[in-house]
Amino acid sequence: MSIRAYFLKRILHAVPLLLFVIVFNFILIHMAPGDPIESLIGEFPAPDAYVDEMRKAFGLDQPLYIQLLLYVRNILTGDLGFSFYYRQPVVTVIMERVPATLQLMIPALLLSAFTGVFLGIFSSRKPYSALDNCISTFTLLGYCVPAFWLGLMLMLVFSIKLGWLPAQGLRTLGADLQGFAAFADRIAHLLLPVIALSIRHIAINGRMMRSSMLEVSYEDYITLARSKGLTEKKIITGHMVPNALLPVITIIGLDVGFLFTGSVLVETVFGWPGIGRLMYESIAKRDYPVLMGTFLFTTTLVVLANLLVDILYAWLDPRVKYNS
Amino acid sequence: MKRKDMVLHKLWQQFRKNRPAEISLYVVLVFILAAIFAPQLSPYDPFAMGNDALVPPQPGHWMGTDDLGRDTFSRILHGTRVPLIVGFLAASASLIIGTIVGSIAGYFGGFWDELLMRMTEYVLVIPRFFLALLIVAMLGAGITKIILVIGLLGWPEVARVVRAQFLTLKEREFVLAAKALGLASLTIIFTEVLPNAIPPAIVVGSFLVARAIILEAGLSFLGLGDPNLISWGALLSEAQDRIWASMWLAIFPGLAISILVLCINLFGDGVNDVLNPKLKEK
Repeated sequence: MSIRAYFLKRILHAVPLLLFVIVFNFILIHMAPGDPIESLIGEFPAPDAYVDEMRKAFGLDQPLYIQLLLYVRNILTGDLGFSFYYRQPVVTVIMERVPATLQLMIPALLLSAFTGVFLGIFSSRKPYSALDNCISTFTLLGYCVPAFWLGLMLMLVFSIKLGWLPAQGLRTLGADLQGFAAFADRIAHLLLPVIALSIRHIAINGRMMRSSMLEVSYEDYITLARSKGLTEKKIITGHMVPNALLPVITIIGLDVGFLFTGSVLVETVFGWPGIGRLMYESIAKRDYPVLMGTFLFTTTLVVLANLLVDILYAWLDPRVKYNS
Repeated sequence: MKRKDMVLHKLWQQFRKNRPAEISLYVVLVFILAAIFAPQLSPYDPFAMGNDALVPPQPGHWMGTDDLGRDTFSRILHGTRVPLIVGFLAASASLIIGTIVGSIAGYFGGFWDELLMRMTEYVLVIPRFFLALLIVAMLGAGITKIILVIGLLGWPEVARVVRAQFLTLKEREFVLAAKALGLASLTIIFTEVLPNAIPPAIVVGSFLVARAIILEAGLSFLGLGDPNLISWGALLSEAQDRIWASMWLAIFPGLAISILVLCINLFGDGVNDVLNPKLKEK
């Protein structure tokens, strides 16, 4: 089938998933202890008029299936609810915080993809050599250490003990920096959180790439390339890496979801004003609309990211289209 | 010696060749013992507030004290229980669910396979930590809920592995023979195919334990753990406010988590090498 058909097929898969998430939120609202209206508004003293309006909009006095339909309709029209704590629609609250999280996630994604892949390539050159063992130990440790503790330790060493890098926030408040100084300030603030967020994924990507490279090295076409007399460098860059990358690309796609997840902890440790931090704060404030809205939002993004990765994979590996 | 004993003995000998894995097993056992005998091993009552607040590591308080004078070492010892309990129970839940799903999908194929694999995809894509966060935040904290949530999020990997095993095994002669004998499908699944499909699932199980521990630590760090139990994640959360002056509070709990997870992963790697020698690199 063509790329377009595959694309449509994957979208068709994604739609029920998103619907499922919306329904799941609905189930949570009704499973939570207390009046469902609390879950829809959050535990705030809301004006009675608003409460009545919400009851009507969500049909809380109607049978459950009507409530479900109303809920789905409300969500699909872009209404994720209203946050009383921030006195803004949930969508606005989320959108304000998204850029900060993206500032963390995109560098983290790039760093973990490139570093992981390169580490995998280098360690697979000579399996079980000193370099390989070094890298493998590093990836093993990176995989086992909790990201938020790593963040704390990094902060301890580089901010508290050495004073090289700032510990919290997006940028230095109060200092009126311009141009390059402002940019450098931003980078300084970014460094530790991005590293803390990325290490686990560098480790995972590195291991995946290493085993993928080793698997590819036993394939027939590599033997053929060698017997053709190609230099090792050409074989690696031209034949091994492109083929070895394929399974790793899927993993990198999954990384998007995990980076969002990790952002909750890392943003909390470093006081980073992003979506993750928003989720954390909303828990304490019992701002359920924000919690559910954020969950829906991030899940949608993750589903889209995975969709893109699937398409990319199909484009890169023609076998996928023919097998579906 | 019975044949089963000989096989186990051989597997154990094979396992022992992997020194890191063997040492990791012992370390994990130490942790388990620490969890069981925490009350006896702790020099102080982990909940007892003392007079020496925020004291750095020294003889008498090997890991220092926190702001209420509670001994950190005792708290870490007691905190061994939660990760181990959550880890093993959640992983077991995932193993059970995943094995059932994987066997059905792999053995019966067709519609069931499609349906169950679709569900697997869904669970894999949803950001798991967010989901756990949301559930615990809205439905309340408590260790049972945490175990259930983590367990219910971990079954896809097990299902995939079990399904793959079933797909290869169901065409083998001993299965065809069992079918020819007229055995019911369920009997075949349980007595013939499943015992052979289990080993890779066990390996996935060990990694699930490690991941469950990290998940639980994260949840406790955010304040969503069981408030009545001591958890390393919660210790780290307390430590975060005081990291500027009392860094030992932050170092030790995280170190404990890392070491436990590291050893479980190494142990899982070792078991994997022993049970699946064909997958070992040449």
